Amino acid sequence: MRIGVYVCHCGGNISETVDVKAVAAAAEQRPGVVLARDYSHMCSDLGQKLILEDIKEHNLDRVVVAACSPHFQGATFMNVLETGSLSPYVFEMANIREQCAWPHFGEPETATLKSIELTNMAIAKAGLDESLNKKTMPIGKRVLVIGGGIAGIQASLDLADSGFEVHLVEKDPSIGGKMAQLSRTFPTEDCSACILSPKMADVPANPNIELLTYSEIESVEGYLGNFEVTVVRRSTYVDPDLCTACGLCEDACPVKVPSEFEVGLRDRKAIYVPFDFAVPYKYLIDESVCLRLTKGGEVCGLCQKACPKDAIDFSRKSEKIRFTVDTIVVATGYDIFDATEKKVYGYGEYKNVITALEMERMIVNGAAGTPIRPIKGRIGFIQCVGSRDEQVGNEYCSRVCCMYATKLSQLLKRSDPTREVYVFYTDLRAFGKGFEEYYKRAQTDGVKFVRGRVAELLEDPVTKSVTVKVEDTLSRQMIEAEFDLVILSVGLKPNAGTERIAEILKLTKSPDGFLQEAHPKFRPVDTLKEGIFLAGAVQGPKDIPDAVASASAAAARAVRLMNQGEFSLDPVLAYVHEDICDGCSLCVDSCLPGAISISSNVAQINETLCTGCGICIAACPLDAMDLHCYANDQLLAEVEAAISERRDGETRIIVFADDTTTYRLADNVGTGKLSYAPETRIIRVPSGTRATPALMLKALALGIDGVFVGESESKSSPYAGIGPALSRNIEQTRSILREHGIEPERVRAKEFVTIMLGGFVAQLNELTAFAENAGPVSEKKKKALKETLANGLPRAEAQVAQ
Amino acid sequence: MKPTTQTKKRRSTKRDDSPQPVHARSSRTMFPYYPGCTLKTTAQNFEDSALATAAILGIDLVEIPRWNCCGVVSSLVENDRMHHVAPLRNIIRTQEMIAERGGEIESRLVTLCSMCTNTLRRTNLFLKENPEDLEAINDYMSLEDNYEGGVEIVHFLEILRERGFDAVTNKVSNPLEGLNAAAYYGCMLLRPKDIGIDDPEDPTIQENLISALGAAVIDTPYKKMCCGSYQTVQDRYAVAELAYDILTHAQREGAEVIITACPLCAFNLDDRQKEVRERHPDFRSIPVLYFTQLMALAFGLGEDALGFELNSVDPRPLLMAKGLLAPR
Ligand SMILES: Cc1cc2nc3c(=O)[nH]c(=O)nc-3n(C[C@H](O)[C@H](O)[C@H](O)COP(=O)(O)OP(=O)(O)OC[C@H]3O[C@@H](n4cnc5c(N)ncnc54)[C@H](O)[C@@H]3O)c2cc1C
Ligand code: SF4
Ligand code: SF4
Ligand code: SF4
Ligand code: SF4
Repeated sequence: MRIGVYVCHCGGNISETVDVKAVAAAAEQRPGVVLARDYSHMCSDLGQKLILEDIKEHNLDRVVVAACSPHFQGATFMNVLETGSLSPYVFEMANIREQCAWPHFGEPETATLKSIELTNMAIAKAGLDESLNKKTMPIGKRVLVIGGGIAGIQASLDLADSGFEVHLVEKDPSIGGKMAQLSRTFPTEDCSACILSPKMADVPANPNIELLTYSEIESVEGYLGNFEVTVVRRSTYVDPDLCTACGLCEDACPVKVPSEFEVGLRDRKAIYVPFDFAVPYKYLIDESVCLRLTKGGEVCGLCQKACPKDAIDFSRKSEKIRFTVDTIVVATGYDIFDATEKKVYGYGEYKNVITALEMERMIVNGAAGTPIRPIKGRIGFIQCVGSRDEQVGNEYCSRVCCMYATKLSQLLKRSDPTREVYVFYTDLRAFGKGFEEYYKRAQTDGVKFVRGRVAELLEDPVTKSVTVKVEDTLSRQMIEAEFDLVILSVGLKPNAGTERIAEILKLTKSPDGFLQEAHPKFRPVDTLKEGIFLAGAVQGPKDIPDAVASASAAAARAVRLMNQGEFSLDPVLAYVHEDICDGCSLCVDSCLPGAISISSNVAQINETLCTGCGICIAACPLDAMDLHCYANDQLLAEVEAAISERRDGETRIIVFADDTTTYRLADNVGTGKLSYAPETRIIRVPSGTRATPALMLKALALGIDGVFVGESESKSSPYAGIGPALSRNIEQTRSILREHGIEPERVRAKEFVTIMLGGFVAQLNELTAFAENAGPVSEKKKKALKETLANGLPRAEAQVAQ
Repeated sequence: MKPTTQTKKRRSTKRDDSPQPVHARSSRTMFPYYPGCTLKTTAQNFEDSALATAAILGIDLVEIPRWNCCGVVSSLVENDRMHHVAPLRNIIRTQEMIAERGGEIESRLVTLCSMCTNTLRRTNLFLKENPEDLEAINDYMSLEDNYEGGVEIVHFLEILRERGFDAVTNKVSNPLEGLNAAAYYGCMLLRPKDIGIDDPEDPTIQENLISALGAAVIDTPYKKMCCGSYQTVQDRYAVAELAYDILTHAQREGAEVIITACPLCAFNLDDRQKEVRERHPDFRSIPVLYFTQLMALAFGLGEDALGFELNSVDPRPLLMAKGLLAPR
């Protein structure tokens, strides 16, 4: 082993406080170090050259730079190593600027001592560095889009136009989704069908899109770059190539059932096209109601006789279609809230209580000159039906109902100003572009908005008019008013199709039941599964503009992965010491991304699924699981080096700092020149969960006086499930300490955000003070702890995550 | 809405009345029973009909000794420990009875009046959920045994539901065919939700009973509106207006009688019809019965059990005209 160590002055930033020569001199004494230099600016061209030349001349195979934070210049030095034909991963940095010179700037002796130890720690870790390289995997240009609503259509078109091969799978006989059913769209009042139908037509016309309607996903296996998809395409019993959509069969069919598209307000036949701008525009037979297909034999068959093209074939079967894709976009949308669940509003019971979606269809049919029923004088809208209502278990706001009620109410009022139209709302949410203006217009046009949550609806047994009981919370008056028609502004909820897809793809859901994004701010269309993206209302209630924006974003995120023809994997990935692993499979369930499987009695890591969180390592009772770049022996070596210069009576605290938040927080504290207990030694880990109970206990057994784990808040962590995993680790560690009569408070953890400077300082100072007060752990207890560790920790109870 | 013998479409009959396992089922079951003040006075017909019909169903209701007012007159709205003393005393009486009688009696106290049910249940739930308050009240009531939390309060209707309404139908000798009956619940049986005996938005328990007795169910959305309760003392006309709404809506749906489980609701809907007529000359009166009176009628019981003479609007002419009650 030939390690080169470089101590940087940082133009005085470091050297004014830290005795850099002493640091280099101490480093030179460490095993494996062949040379140690100090230099004014290591990151400068000259500094870089220094390293390059040494690599050549002295045959260095590891490099340690004691300088600033690795988040500052780490990448620079890694490039230098690559230029020098070394792996960029045989490199470590000791952060003696942010962690020594700056926070302890008035105390040169303390800062120097800490710098020496930090450098020793980096050297110890470097000695065990593996010569890794970024892995690259080939990736193709094939995408599966699930769901053909406006979001799925938009994502498909964007991807296809960028030259990617799209398979669009829609469960219904036509694409279009809910938008196809709407009258006009707020706030511009475009005719919904008119702006949607050209986009729908573009789908089959695009040579890069394979459209599979009336089809459902049966299974998806594999991972990014290699998802194997099985689709079941249901039989329509009509040959689409022969059917000219003349409609003669429909006229002949004797079976009438409520039309899904018209939300049951009109009937369709057993052989039908879903609606007049359906894509594909082909007839199909509903096998659940067709006389021939339900009764068999030679029953009915009138459609077949009527068809001049002989397109109808009762023996057509559903088919399974298999293909492989590289990425997946989920756009399965939403369902409206089932208003019968809100019993006080009497939906399904009272004749004149309808949902807003029914009103959309009534307006469209009315405008087309075929009204479904007359819309009489006094009309009331009730908002937040099924949303913001803990009684029905939905706390969230559905986001679109305020505006669609604003739209429907003014369309009704404007088309007949003698109508009296009221909207009873909880809060009116007009948050989007042009929305407030549109709301104003409704008021100007004479729609009356009343703030109050409707308590109850009561139907008159004879006239069937409906009495609304509500408190007007602005004038504080109880109102009882009678209406001819009451429209429930039903909320949006996750649909059954989404549930199914989430199961198949193993996607997580947020508490509201919609699918969970990887990060609410920065990765709003990614999922935690690499290569699977969310588009539209499947992620949460969205109006059309937002659904389309998220669809285009999902397409762009998918392109980002596929465009290069290959993608690279960070080598910080789990790996298994196969000689130790006994295939017990305890680790399998601890991994939320599902990267671990057992094959021939040994755990296997799927590297495209592994995110490198390290949660699995604590789950393994044999220490067989490990993590590249942050291996068990490396972290332990760092711990040992953290007491290499300890003088009698000195306290040492190890801080495992997660790289996303705590490590950067410590940088910010240093930059702010905030001083904190110099007895602390920070060890960088990808996530706090990497600090396993075994590691923490070993540190204490070695004579460390306290262990602190800094972790990101769950919501800002890139890893899934770290919160519960961290508590599990801390709990287990503390309970073993208790058993050994060692104060459990020596081990602490805290979730941070990067601006909690004061909190960070206070936490470290508190723990240091506690450890100082408690004094060192007695030799006897350390010995007992070591024995326990040697016998292996008890297998934790089945650590099923989630 | 047309009268139907079945409950209506959305009103599922399945949900509630599937018989649930009960404790040892000998041919007769004994329950501790709390009558409450009104059932011994103005609502004596409620108690008489209840005890008689229960007996026919093999249910013996044994009055707990030394019971006192359920405590409804001191409100339970606030978390005020004093208000729980009266109800708790009755619960302790029950606990004693259960202890004395060993396994021969159920550990559930049966109630009839919805107000009493509500008051006793709220106290019971509150004390089970708040052990500190229970301890404090136990300490305060130093002359009583400590309450151990083992008593349950059930309404007689719940007992019927849990045994299955078929068991009721089996005892019907005078099916109430041709009678249109609407159930009225008011607030106390249903709210707050966690102590209600049925879905507060869509109760069906009395409807299922009506069907079981052979009468037609009339459904009215007004069945869970407030009757005005104690406002009847302050402002009888305010209550009369509420009664007018409730009664006329039911009548317009086709109801000929209304059944209820609450003496106060019964008073407001029945006795206050005088005031309703004063204000609304077009109003036609309508009999208001306790559900147990309807049962007694269908079980073919005599006047002692029926107690119609205490009803303000006399149901007998109607029932005789329908051939459901023998002319005297
Ligand atoms: C009454 C009402 C009025 C509205 N008015 C407006 C308005 O005026 N302006 C506006 O901007 N927004 C409006 N909206 C909101 C609008 O409907 C949504 O923004 C939009 O439909 C979201 O599109 P989507 O593609 O995400 O979902 P969807 O439209 O729900 O499309 C999802 C598609 O996925 C398919 N699918 C589901 N599960 C599966 C599966 N397992 N496999 C395959 N396919 C599947 C479905 O069949 C469907 O075709 C309104 C909503 C309602 C309820
Ligand atoms: S076979 Fe008869 S019922 Fe079936 S689609 Fe043809 S005409 Fe309709
Ligand atoms: S958008 Fe408006 S109506 Fe819909 S849930 Fe939110 S506040 Fe209620
Ligand atoms: S738990 Fe984390 S580190 Fe372990 S295999 Fe799963 S993703 Fe990788
Ligand atoms: S927990 Fe450890 S020993 Fe068990 S299968 Fe996983 S890696 Fe192997």
